[in-house]
Amino acid sequence: MRFEKMTKVIALTGAVAMAFGLAGCGGSGSGSSASGKGGKTEILVWSWDSTLPRTVKGFEAKNPDIKVKVTNVGTNKKEYTALNNALSANKGAPDLAQVEYYALPEYATQDKLQDLSDMGASGYKSFYTPGTWNSVNLNGGVYALPMDSGPMALFYNKEVFDKAGVTEVPTTWDEYYEAAKKIKAVGSYITSDSGDAGFFDSMTWQAGAKPFATSKDGKTVTINLTGDSKVKKWDDYWQKMINEDLINTKIPGWSDDWNKGLNDGSIASLLMGAWMPYNLLSGAPDASGKWRVAQMPTWEKGGTENSENGGSSLAMIKTKDDSKSKAAYKFLEYACHNAEGIKTRVDGGAFPADNNTLKSNEFLSMTSLKDADGKDNAYFGGQKFNEVLSQAAKNVLPGYKFLPFEVYARGIYGDKMTAFTSKSATLDQGIAAWQKDLQNYAKQQGYTVKE
Amino acid sequence: MAAVTSGAATQSSSAPRGHMGSRWRGWLFMGPFALVFVVVFVVPVLYAVWISLFQHRMVGGTVFVGLANYRRLLADGQFWSSVRRVVVFTVVQVPIMLCLSALMALALDSLRLHGMRFFRISTFLPYAVPAVVSALVWGFMYGAKYGLVGSLNAWLGTHVDVLQPSVLLAAIGNINTWEFTGYNMLIFYSSLSTVPRSLYEAAAIDGAGEWQVVRRVKLPELRGSLAITVIFSIIGSFQLFNEPSVMQNMVPGNAITTYYTPNMYAYNLSFSGNQSNYAAALAIVMAALTMLVAYAVQLRSMREQMR
Amino acid sequence: MSVLDAGGRRVRAAERARARRVAADERAERRRAASSGFSNPSNPRRSVWLTLACGVFALYCLFPFAYLLVNATKTQADFTSTFGLGPGRSFALWDNIREVFSYQDGIFARWLANTLMYVVVGAGGATLLAVMGGYALAKFRFPGRKAVFAVVLGAISVPGIALAVPQFLLFAKLGLTNTPWAMIVPSLISPFGLYLMWIFSDQAVPGELLEAARVDGASEWRTFRTISLPLLAPGIVTCALFTIVATWNNYFLPLIMLKDADWYPLTIGLNQWKDQASTAGGQAIQNLVITGSLITIIPLVIAFLLLQKYWQSGLAAGAVKE
Repeated sequence: MRFEKMTKVIALTGAVAMAFGLAGCGGSGSGSSASGKGGKTEILVWSWDSTLPRTVKGFEAKNPDIKVKVTNVGTNKKEYTALNNALSANKGAPDLAQVEYYALPEYATQDKLQDLSDMGASGYKSFYTPGTWNSVNLNGGVYALPMDSGPMALFYNKEVFDKAGVTEVPTTWDEYYEAAKKIKAVGSYITSDSGDAGFFDSMTWQAGAKPFATSKDGKTVTINLTGDSKVKKWDDYWQKMINEDLINTKIPGWSDDWNKGLNDGSIASLLMGAWMPYNLLSGAPDASGKWRVAQMPTWEKGGTENSENGGSSLAMIKTKDDSKSKAAYKFLEYACHNAEGIKTRVDGGAFPADNNTLKSNEFLSMTSLKDADGKDNAYFGGQKFNEVLSQAAKNVLPGYKFLPFEVYARGIYGDKMTAFTSKSATLDQGIAAWQKDLQNYAKQQGYTVKE
Repeated sequence: MAAVTSGAATQSSSAPRGHMGSRWRGWLFMGPFALVFVVVFVVPVLYAVWISLFQHRMVGGTVFVGLANYRRLLADGQFWSSVRRVVVFTVVQVPIMLCLSALMALALDSLRLHGMRFFRISTFLPYAVPAVVSALVWGFMYGAKYGLVGSLNAWLGTHVDVLQPSVLLAAIGNINTWEFTGYNMLIFYSSLSTVPRSLYEAAAIDGAGEWQVVRRVKLPELRGSLAITVIFSIIGSFQLFNEPSVMQNMVPGNAITTYYTPNMYAYNLSFSGNQSNYAAALAIVMAALTMLVAYAVQLRSMREQMR
Repeated sequence: MSVLDAGGRRVRAAERARARRVAADERAERRRAASSGFSNPSNPRRSVWLTLACGVFALYCLFPFAYLLVNATKTQADFTSTFGLGPGRSFALWDNIREVFSYQDGIFARWLANTLMYVVVGAGGATLLAVMGGYALAKFRFPGRKAVFAVVLGAISVPGIALAVPQFLLFAKLGLTNTPWAMIVPSLISPFGLYLMWIFSDQAVPGELLEAARVDGASEWRTFRTISLPLLAPGIVTCALFTIVATWNNYFLPLIMLKDADWYPLTIGLNQWKDQASTAGGQAIQNLVITGSLITIIPLVIAFLLLQKYWQSGLAAGAVKE
């Protein structure tokens, strides 16, 4: 009896399996195949950004012959992993992919991306902010359109600053140091850093450093961190902050502890890109109304220099299928250049990269964020935060270059900082180790390396 | 045990042998497994060996480099530090875990527990939790500032930090122990349950005490299942990956580096470093090391198995 | 045909009766041992101290579940601001569950269905292959037999992570990436299942029985189906349990193979939700991650409890021993 039951179970299992399997078969295979049902061109987009999917509806209404599928493949790193996989297999790559500015050179120099200048994007220079346009413009080609930008700003918890007696927002790094001491005295840290490469890049960029360069033919790279006096200036400053225990090195950025720290005021400020507001709202909802935004502290009194932190572009993966690339370009254009598309994303929390939006009254006069339920939240206490951030975008120093293997470089930065964050080595030593590894890596990858 | 073993031997000898043509009948049943196995494991392994002989360069494309990747690996300090780490991990964590499993199995088998059913199921339950989820939950609890450890610190006025680099490996070992003790316990327990009760009866008549029964009857019985649990545990801890990689951004100060374990190193090499050829070489070397250790530890019992 | 049937049935019935007798004896003996302690050489009475010691261990095993349960009742705001084991300011379990199933157009339900499908097809298939393979290893002397297990053990020593790239490239060439097959086909291999079924078959299927069937002229396949399979049933349940857990919890394979959220299993989906908190432009939804994790493990826990009788008897019948 038991046996009969068993065979029945097995038979049933098989039947269910087959039904599912067949269903699975029928449903799959759409992916990025040339054209979908009913003569529609289907394009596949990879992005981890939450605002891009919102543009699909508006776009499809205007382009009924194109179907857009946006897939979230995880974090930025995971997307690059997946992209590398798909590119090396020559299969399964999307038509469009969200790529951060720092990763763009890597894909462009390997000839994986479509040069958009012949498709009509060459004349967009004045449309975007100089910083973002520079980033997508590589060796004379346009390899992506800017989606958003991340000019650095100082986000701070006014309540904690007030409690510590920091009534004037620090405008120079010296003032920031003094403020840090006062904030430490009331039991908080002014900010945290447990070894983040993006942060290091942004801070040295703001200090005026240009440690990396790639030759025109893409075969020679310059990696000179230890010899750059501007890098040294930042290192020395930050080392002093760490030595005096003014920075929390125990809480890794973006962890739950970090969110809790932002929530309860034990991390009192952030030096971060302009895309931060919505992350604050979702990560530290209790602190609503306490936070404010200010320009970055600078090295000289009255300085304005700034840098970018993060920010993404939308790039087109090279394909031989002409109809696909045309359709893909249409969506790219809509999401990154069309006023309606941009507005949809900005309303969803993206920080724009185009001058029109940055200048628009509606954008500049915003005083609240929309929360997940669509309600207004005066997170910055009614401050017109976009005025500050928009100004910050204008102050970005031009000319900073990323490495053609920046994804790798950032991946191993933390390894070199282990000793630094546990205070058994200096930041200088960590940077020197990083430089050495990068130079070795570049040589292995066939580059000629210059210091 | 003796009785069971001899019984198995008779069965083996009665298995068909010698008929011409019937020799291959076993493949009728082995075939499907073998076929899928070849596609899923053997071909990729061979493919990995093949690509480990090349190097892909961003400038210059893919070139044949012979054994250069292996030479580089042998001199790679990061690789060896990761190997050292998993060896330490294996030497410490596996015995602790297996001892706990064996003790729990003996306790259950002694029939002296109240609520046997509860203990059986509750100690086995962690095995049902995906590694991702368990690393996540333990990671939350470990947090020295806001986690459970943090709450305890605040309460007791201590400054314990289980995520600091010096004890981090132990913290990860604890997660693994939590996940797999029940699983191994069940394997031990089941092999203990096969001991005929009459054997105990006989021992009791001989006047053997409980500990003597454990030593003379039960522990030898565990030897067989020990072989397989040891092998699977060694392979498992040499391939440590899920827990440290999920915890990577929960642990302060980058204490979990990109080369924390050989598997993590391989992952980071191939996926963010454009060095999948080098990663393939690493995989082959690690496989060789793992096999070497597994066979060295359990060669004899495997031979018996292959009778 | 009919003779064979009758023969098979007779043999089967006899074997079943024997097994039943043995099991009944065992049970009676164990009961006696537990209640009177007559056959237990040492003190038969239950020990409070031993129970307490094991209780500590059980507490250790169950503690993270308690944490998960408590935190599944919290809102995102409460999760980041209240004590880990204490209650939140509001009881949000039902809201969380509702939100888990409605977030992103209810994709969680899709992931759940995917996972079920992978388990049914993948683990079901893995069990079948392992049963057949284990049976072959135990009951046949075929060329290459000795090599099989050595090769299997050797292959699983290769770090799976590093195999992922070759596996991915291979599957991409076959056009299987981003389809359920990429998840199912590799799940079909369970080395531990093979081992389990090998040992189990060795003991549960008497050689005489097979000989008798062969003498009757039954084909190997028929003998397997009608005689061996029923005897293997408890082992099959045990083996299925292990493959189900392995498939249900598989993380790395789908991470590499699947890039279409519509085909994600729960583990990948949950991890993607978790990653949202650590991505610029993402929304932190740890409350949903925790609640989702809880929902993910509940079906397995229920399966364990329901199948407890079977897998314990399966293992106890001598599944793993030399």
